[in-house]
Amino acid sequence: MSGSAEEVKKHIDVYMKVAGALAVGTVVTVLASFVEVGVALGIVIALIIALTKGSLVVAFFMHLLEERSRAIRWTLALTVVFWFVLMLVPLFTMMDHTGTPKTLPNANASESHAEEAH
Amino acid sequence: MEIPYTVTARPDTGLNNVKLGIWLFLASEVMLFGGLFSSYVLLRVGAVEWPAGADFVNIPIGTFNTAVLIGSSVTMVLAYASLKLGDLAKFKTYMASTVLLAVLFLLVKSYEYYEKISHDHLPSHGTFLAIYWTMTALHGLHIIGGVAVNGYLWGPGSSMFHTKRDQFIGRVEAAGLYWHFVDLVWIFLFPVLYLL
Repeated sequence: MSGSAEEVKKHIDVYMKVAGALAVGTVVTVLASFVEVGVALGIVIALIIALTKGSLVVAFFMHLLEERSRAIRWTLALTVVFWFVLMLVPLFTMMDHTGTPKTLPNANASESHAEEAH
Repeated sequence: MEIPYTVTARPDTGLNNVKLGIWLFLASEVMLFGGLFSSYVLLRVGAVEWPAGADFVNIPIGTFNTAVLIGSSVTMVLAYASLKLGDLAKFKTYMASTVLLAVLFLLVKSYEYYEKISHDHLPSHGTFLAIYWTMTALHGLHIIGGVAVNGYLWGPGSSMFHTKRDQFIGRVEAAGLYWHFVDLVWIFLFPVLYLL
């Protein structure tokens, strides 16, 4: 944020608009969770709203929109890359287990108890 | 000994050390919480059944706490803007509001934890509860850290405004970046743990 009083006052107007948008986004997130759209679509909708709200916070409250430093931009770019790698771990794990039936923990407990009784 | 480049930019990075330091710290925080979000996805897709968040958590209370935290982010950025305008009194008002809203968030969260403990919804009683407690407690620790730093900047730390104003503004900016990050984490935690 630059130092002139005019600029700062303009920023304050923007902050109030962003605050309003975040409040609306929170209400929409809660309302959307009550709409019966299925789990997968529900997750997509909730994450889109969260991403929108998060982007507003980062862009305006954290002033990333006007950040010109290459050091910060590179740091964040690398962070995003490694974050995606982290998120790919569950995907690779899922792929590794494709076709393997899921079982509840202790799903065979009754059978093993029966065997022990014999 | 004077710590170099707290206000002026380093020639090699083009930034002062405070700003570069806080962004590097936040990058490490993204990976910390990213690891937990990744674990959440792994546990959820691997589970035979997953409880709806509403079975264990109170959505109206969570929504209220979201509004409280967003409100504290707004007062934090207004505190910073007040300093840029040279108005220490307004800064103190907004910073006090930020700290009070953070304390309110912690009180509400403590009530939620109390409810869970009294219903025997402990981390050891299910995968959802384990990841819920881990993520919200880690986030809560970050809130406590923010309260300590913001409380210091509001109280004894604010005397620097009269002696080293630019350095003080830099400190508040860094604390603000941290605080908005804590808000950002909650913006994702809320739908993930309460609504999905």
